[in-house]
Amino acid sequence: MISDSNQPRTIHSATVRFAGDSGDGMQLAGMRFTDASAMLGNDVATLPDYPAEIRAPAGTVAGVSGFQVNFASKDIYTPGDEVDALIAMNPAAFKGNSQDVRSGGLIVVNEDEFNKVNLRKAGYPEGYNPIEDDKLNAKYKIVKVPITRMTEEELAESGLGAKSVGRCKNMYALGLILWLYDRPLDHTIAFLETFFGKKKNLPEVAAANVKALKAGYHFGETAELSAHRYHVDPASIPSGTYRRITGNEATAIGLVAATTLAEKTLVYCSYPITPASDILHYLAAQKHFGVKTLQVEDEIAACCAAIGAAYAGQIGVTGTSGPGVALKSEAIGLAVMTELPLVVVNVQRGGPSTGLPTKTEQSDLFQAVYGRNGDCPMIVLAPRSPADCFDSALEAVRLAVKHMTPVMVLSDGYLANGAEPWRVPEADFLEKITIEHPRPSEGDEPFQPYTRDGNLARPWALPGTQGLEHRIGGLEKEDGSGNVCYVPENHQRMTQLRREKIERIAEFLPPAEPDGPDDAKLLVIGWGGTYGTILTAVRNAQEQGKSVASLHLRHLNPFPANLGQVVAQSEKVLVPELNAGQLRSLLRDRFLVDARGLNKVQGQPFLIEEIEQAIDLMLSGDWGDHASLCPHNHKVTAPA
Amino acid sequence: MTTTELPVLKPKDFASDQDVRWCPGCGDYAILTQVRKVCAALGARREKTVFVSGIGCSSRFPYYMNTYGFHSIHGRAPAIATGIKAANPELDVWVITGDGDGLSIGGNHLLHTLRRNLNINVLLFNNRIYGLTKGQYSPTSEEGKKTRSSPMGSIDMPLLPLSIALAAEASFVARSVDVSKNLGDVLRRAAEHRGTAFVEIYQDCNIFNHKAFEYATDKATREDATLWLEHGKPMLFGKERDKGIWLDRCGKPKVVELGHGVEEEELLIHDEHDEAKAFMLSRMMHPHFPEPMGVFYQIQDFCYEQLLEQQITDAVERNGQGDLQKLLYTGDCYEVKEQAPTHALHE
Repeated sequence: MISDSNQPRTIHSATVRFAGDSGDGMQLAGMRFTDASAMLGNDVATLPDYPAEIRAPAGTVAGVSGFQVNFASKDIYTPGDEVDALIAMNPAAFKGNSQDVRSGGLIVVNEDEFNKVNLRKAGYPEGYNPIEDDKLNAKYKIVKVPITRMTEEELAESGLGAKSVGRCKNMYALGLILWLYDRPLDHTIAFLETFFGKKKNLPEVAAANVKALKAGYHFGETAELSAHRYHVDPASIPSGTYRRITGNEATAIGLVAATTLAEKTLVYCSYPITPASDILHYLAAQKHFGVKTLQVEDEIAACCAAIGAAYAGQIGVTGTSGPGVALKSEAIGLAVMTELPLVVVNVQRGGPSTGLPTKTEQSDLFQAVYGRNGDCPMIVLAPRSPADCFDSALEAVRLAVKHMTPVMVLSDGYLANGAEPWRVPEADFLEKITIEHPRPSEGDEPFQPYTRDGNLARPWALPGTQGLEHRIGGLEKEDGSGNVCYVPENHQRMTQLRREKIERIAEFLPPAEPDGPDDAKLLVIGWGGTYGTILTAVRNAQEQGKSVASLHLRHLNPFPANLGQVVAQSEKVLVPELNAGQLRSLLRDRFLVDARGLNKVQGQPFLIEEIEQAIDLMLSGDWGDHASLCPHNHKVTAPA
Repeated sequence: MTTTELPVLKPKDFASDQDVRWCPGCGDYAILTQVRKVCAALGARREKTVFVSGIGCSSRFPYYMNTYGFHSIHGRAPAIATGIKAANPELDVWVITGDGDGLSIGGNHLLHTLRRNLNINVLLFNNRIYGLTKGQYSPTSEEGKKTRSSPMGSIDMPLLPLSIALAAEASFVARSVDVSKNLGDVLRRAAEHRGTAFVEIYQDCNIFNHKAFEYATDKATREDATLWLEHGKPMLFGKERDKGIWLDRCGKPKVVELGHGVEEEELLIHDEHDEAKAFMLSRMMHPHFPEPMGVFYQIQDFCYEQLLEQQITDAVERNGQGDLQKLLYTGDCYEVKEQAPTHALHE
């Protein structure tokens, strides 16, 4: 190869995917690459993708774990549609991921693993090796590196066993990619020394990993891995302290922040479930904040214990995923009836039933808004990005205690495990959460637990307070006294009060503001984790002069007060969702609008191009009469 | 410093203004009376006391106590109580449940609450029937029990609540009867126990399962049909105090009459701290045995909420009091240096 590789070409953004066996350490390699890029000042967005089994059969496509990172010198909102560089550690990783690489993109393969046995495990026909396939070599730049052998040779003297040496292959691969994209090694080396050397007290493992990392980097340099190296400048963003943060981390930190600002104790009650467990893990390590984590016997107990904690005057939170919410439903109804401030975090995953535990979806919106017996309204809000999970957790606690109501936060697997840079806020600038509990009473008059303030919230009277003894429960309450009451008119009034209490919250919400012209012909409405993809696709379309605007909804119940007006301004409405059309259905119901849906339920987030295609179909009229379309292999077409 | 003398509360001070709505003649009335008495006798504070219940006749209990009360959902009272006690260990928490609420729909919560050993009291009113839903067999109904949902007789094996409590590592296990003069003593012992105190109370449902425990309440039979357990005392019972429990060479309990080859000093001695014997006692059923009453088992162990608080203290000692600013700035933070920003990130 001719070489100008010492002079990296400057590009605006790139998308890299690390793929290998689930035991190959691809998540770690991807995370390190992300950090190295973030610290250079790039904007980053990541998409981990791993199998449900911790160690699926080695070498099979089902066992492939991937980590995609998009990094850029401009703002980015998604982990990238197409992959510019793929690292495939074995044939299964190649098979499961090469189709996402753009034409002309780079695929670095660990050629040592492309042997007969592994090719068979990956399901390739006998005698066929994809990296020798002329067609594929014409489509992609396939670079074969003997990663296994080179790592072994490099670490022959390390004193480590074969298994430990094998585990350093990911760092060799990372070294190659760090070289390719002109990223320094120092941060990764510091991490390895701290993580393996200090935390795990395995200095020889740390040294071996560092050696493998450097070997990979130097191999890239000496062997001139690629005709070009690339450089991505820092993004033009305000100076300050940033950190890479995943959605689950941000949720957990947000909950700690909220309880600190409220001067309360966080009682987080949970039962382990993918993809929400990391919130429990994170909070279990925050005991010095007074955080109490209760891992209880089941999802129902988790919700009930959180309700008990709220009743006793602390911040009761339960975290789970869709199947867990199903189990908690009756208890959430109890919190609606007893009007206690409960926060339910639902990190959504593919459903129904056990569904796709490690894959993302946003199909629990109906469950959140409607999924309880009786007329049972509660607040539903959804974060839009990993870092936004922090603000959502804060807002959920704030709304719950102000309006004395349960709140559901709809995160999802994509937000929970995906990461982006977060400009860290100053604790002192976060607004306090003020809570007033009724004071002790000396009088003989029985306390009235179901009187209401201007927001229709009832008083949060704490057990332990003299003179306020009262009884609450799941039976219908008499307005005011809270005594059990079967009077027909009372039930009518209480049902209306519970609904109106939630509806009035719309007054406190920021109005819906489309991104783009008010009179755009097409309004694209989304919610939750699809925010970045929709925004990017719509802005691309706007740059091409198309009459389109996007609107992101953070509040799903109640909706912003002006949503009806905004929706009515556009001739056409498109609602892309990772479900079969739940927000679309809510909008049609509420505003009698002929909204159409782009509905993807493939366990994967939208690609920008899928939204772009849907926008074109809507604007051109080629969409036809279809209520909803879904992408097939990233192509959106309207059947005739 | 001046101290205000707190008024001494009487049983009637624990009565709420609500009319009690159990069926006339229900065993729940007697239990309610005893609980109010015990609260008064122990000097309980109304504002510090919380009664938590699930669903069923017994679960109406909190409405009739002038304390804090939470009538929750079916079977979940132990889980709600867990959250309350964990959030505020200062509160005196009582769980009121029944055989259906506690052992059927809420069986899982009962098991795990017992092993968590929070310092709370769990009173399980066992009437061996579903009363509120009008008379179906319950998990403690005897085999062959004919009810509206088992017209040919129940084919389910009944559960023994105390065996379950012991298997679930309960630290205090006791039994009494709604109308027994000893109920108050058992409740007092339960309230004084540090840990989860589990008390099974035989309770007459005079509508759907009347006289289910007649053998244990009728003057003519009760002395022979029950055995009052006293720690360190021989297991002696009967109207004439002439019968006892004796272990044969295989370690099996036998009912013996004194003077017929076995003397009082050979009878089994009750030891509240002996788990194996407690389990054996929990299996002794009428009519083959007198049914033991009183405290079967008690040990002192750490309570969940204590350990929870201790971990917080330890964590604060190790890491210092949590500092939000520090938490925000942990992890892989990095500085973006002075440049001319065009906009804030992602805005």
